[in-house]
Amino acid sequence: MAINITMPALSPTMEEGKLAKWLVKEGDDVASGDIIAEIETDKATMEVEAVDEGKIAKILVEAGAEGVKVNSVIAVLAEDGEDVSSVEVAEESSPKSEATDSKSEASPTPTPTEQPKEEAPKAVPSAGSGADRIKASPLARRIAAQKGVDLKSLKGSGPHGRIIKKDVEAAASAPKPAAAATASAGSPDGLILPQVLDDRIYDPESYELVPLDGMRKTVAKRLTTSFMQVPHFPLEVDIQLDKLLAARAGINAAAPEGVKVSVNDMLIKASALALMAESDCNSSYTDNGIAYHKSANISVAVAIDGGLITPVIRDAQTKGLREISEEMKDLATRARDRKLKPQEYTGGTFSISNLGMFGIKSFGSIINPPEGMIMSVGGGEKRAVVLDDGSLAARTVMSVTLTCDHRVIGGAEGAKWLQAFKRFVETPEAMLL
Amino acid sequence: MAENFDLIIVGTGPGGYVAAIRASQLGLKTAVVERDALGGVCLNWGCIPTKALLRSAEVFHQMKNASAYGLKVEGVSFDLEAVVKRSRQIAGQLSGGVKHLMKKNKISVIEGEGRVAKGGAAPKVIVKGKNGKETSYQPKNVMLATGARARTIPAAGLEPDGKFIWTAKEAMVPDTMPGKLLVIGSGAIGIEFASFYNALGSDVTVVEMMDRVLPVEDEEISGMALKSFQKQGMKVLTGTSVESVKPGKDQISATIKGKDGKTTTETYDRIVLAIGIVGNVENLGLEDLGVKVDRTHVVVDGFGATNVKGLYAIGDLTGPPWLAHKASHEGVVCVEKIAGKNPHAFETWNIPGCTYCHPQVASVGLTEAKAKEAGHTVKVGKFPFIGNGKAIALGEPEGMIKTVFDAKTGELLGAHMIGAEVTELIQGYVVARQGELTEAELMETVFPHPTLSEMMHESVLEAYDRVMHI
Repeated sequence: MAINITMPALSPTMEEGKLAKWLVKEGDDVASGDIIAEIETDKATMEVEAVDEGKIAKILVEAGAEGVKVNSVIAVLAEDGEDVSSVEVAEESSPKSEATDSKSEASPTPTPTEQPKEEAPKAVPSAGSGADRIKASPLARRIAAQKGVDLKSLKGSGPHGRIIKKDVEAAASAPKPAAAATASAGSPDGLILPQVLDDRIYDPESYELVPLDGMRKTVAKRLTTSFMQVPHFPLEVDIQLDKLLAARAGINAAAPEGVKVSVNDMLIKASALALMAESDCNSSYTDNGIAYHKSANISVAVAIDGGLITPVIRDAQTKGLREISEEMKDLATRARDRKLKPQEYTGGTFSISNLGMFGIKSFGSIINPPEGMIMSVGGGEKRAVVLDDGSLAARTVMSVTLTCDHRVIGGAEGAKWLQAFKRFVETPEAMLL
Repeated sequence: MAENFDLIIVGTGPGGYVAAIRASQLGLKTAVVERDALGGVCLNWGCIPTKALLRSAEVFHQMKNASAYGLKVEGVSFDLEAVVKRSRQIAGQLSGGVKHLMKKNKISVIEGEGRVAKGGAAPKVIVKGKNGKETSYQPKNVMLATGARARTIPAAGLEPDGKFIWTAKEAMVPDTMPGKLLVIGSGAIGIEFASFYNALGSDVTVVEMMDRVLPVEDEEISGMALKSFQKQGMKVLTGTSVESVKPGKDQISATIKGKDGKTTTETYDRIVLAIGIVGNVENLGLEDLGVKVDRTHVVVDGFGATNVKGLYAIGDLTGPPWLAHKASHEGVVCVEKIAGKNPHAFETWNIPGCTYCHPQVASVGLTEAKAKEAGHTVKVGKFPFIGNGKAIALGEPEGMIKTVFDAKTGELLGAHMIGAEVTELIQGYVVARQGELTEAELMETVFPHPTLSEMMHESVLEAYDRVMHI
């Protein structure tokens, strides 16, 4: 009996992904646990292990294929002794035998579920072949683009399964689960308007069109939704860094070989402590109520090739600077290689974005939902500061901008948090308490 | 005992006989029951014979205008009897064609009047032959396709009286050329007869209760049609109704209530009744079976099923629009459902309507007003016949093609045409709508030159401010 290898779900919310690379080819023998492919999702690249052993009979989704639906069959494994050439037939006649649960599970390994026959061909796009062609009327395509309906998710009711207007409108008006409401938009950023360059205005020869990868789509979708849906406001404050810099020099001098705490590490710690001090601010707006988080899970924006990712330092309020520093270094390195696990870049309660190293004085960031606040850190620089006695002095000063979700954080709460944060940064000893 | 049929269809109009052919193709043993001529009203007393009459009228009109084409024709006249004869011959020829089609498809033709009665899994069909003898059949399925007939209002004297008052059926075989004709109703049937008799020289008055002629058509098209009819000498009274009629010795007088509520009385040689249709639901045994009927029309689901198991109904006998091509479509869908196929339910959104007056009128989908009513923001394109080379060469510079698009999605919501041969053009838009093409595909399509169809292209271009020839 042939075994279907299906597209794994790398996270509970994953709907589709890119089959980045095959590490086996048709005819290869695989043992359980062998790495057979790499899948690229929203933000990470994951390895797919074989669950069963056998011979790769057929690869159905070519490397590089994007938008491969979770649970669609990507390859077929022939069991020991089975004639590889006959496997295709087995695959086609198998669907009726067992209708298995096709719900995705957060498992990084493929589950050999079988697909209902009709869905299989549609769910297996293969780049460059006719298999990924979606049959849809021009009107259906346009409405789908406008309403953000993913044609790939639809079953056409027109002749020969063609997707027609009715199908798209039904899908667009169908109630969506709350969690998927913003995530299932067809246009990657979830916008209603089709976003294409008009050929009459921008000659297609005059630019290079690079397809959107999973990360770019996710960034577009999440940030557009956030910017449009979250009522946000900024608060800005200047903070003197001299004491923090002095403390950092002292800490690093005392630290063992290989440990080097950065300013950013200290800002993570200070943020976490400020969140504990002003716990109202460590919150998320939800339809069911305001969620006050008990831990300070700090998302740190890391720019990587082709996008942005926010690995999370969990329970940062409980961690020492050394631990934060080491963890941050590891996460950032793996983020750049796109090797983060989903649980390592989700679940934050507060974000920090730091562009100080580029000499940016101050800037505002877009809230990273469902987090209630994001802090944008500008560069520390020597500025003339008027001291209490009225004299001028040169001090190292940075400007930070806190963007708040007004549904959960008022101006006064945000201001109080910034006061607390400022206190920790300007009096770093307080972090030791 | 009679044969065992999978399906017996009562009525052989364009609904019934087409359904029978489809049933035969799907392997159902099928019989049709017909009390009159094969082909029903459409072939015998409707669509086809009127087109034959209107063709005669058109040729006559052209002959009278021959000089406009540089031709000389003298002593133009017509022979009414020969015109009618031609029309009857064509009807006969086509009815014979249906007979051939039944034979070719091995469909049994049972002559006589059919009705249904309580039976097994499906109702029985009892056919009363011409000799009065009744035969009972127990098929697996029964489809009623008995059609409809002209609506009459006996209380107001508005029913055929054997002399002055005609329905379409009588108007098709006139004994005389009425000098003064009153047409009640300006839907497709009324306007076609008004057009025919007007072309042949009758003094025609059309009375319409609604505020415009061809009331289902787009308002603008309606307005253009009215102007054209008036130019041809027709009198058209809108917002007007006929209160009562009173037959005299040689003429009939009609009391007409105008817009202002005032009544006037006029005498006419003949009156054509074209005030709608009623379904042929009588004497079918529907009451005994408890078949649901709503105002002379059998109530059916999206596949023609009635509330009685094994009994189906299609075409004019059911809901609107009351058109031959709609009946055929429903017949096919219903049969496919009976045969266990998976057809799409009846849909009326894309059924075109054609009126063969001069100028012709054709349309599909929503009018501009209905589209706006439905909440669409519209883009409207219009192109006049005067801007089309072929139309001018034909000597037909009157008319317009109007397209209505949804501004947001580019969906072709409706198309409305008036002018020469538009009844032959409309299908292009029907196909476009069925295939759900948007303005983009229509604009990219190459239309042949020189044809009237270029106007269809131009109308689309005009909706998007890209029109070429105006």
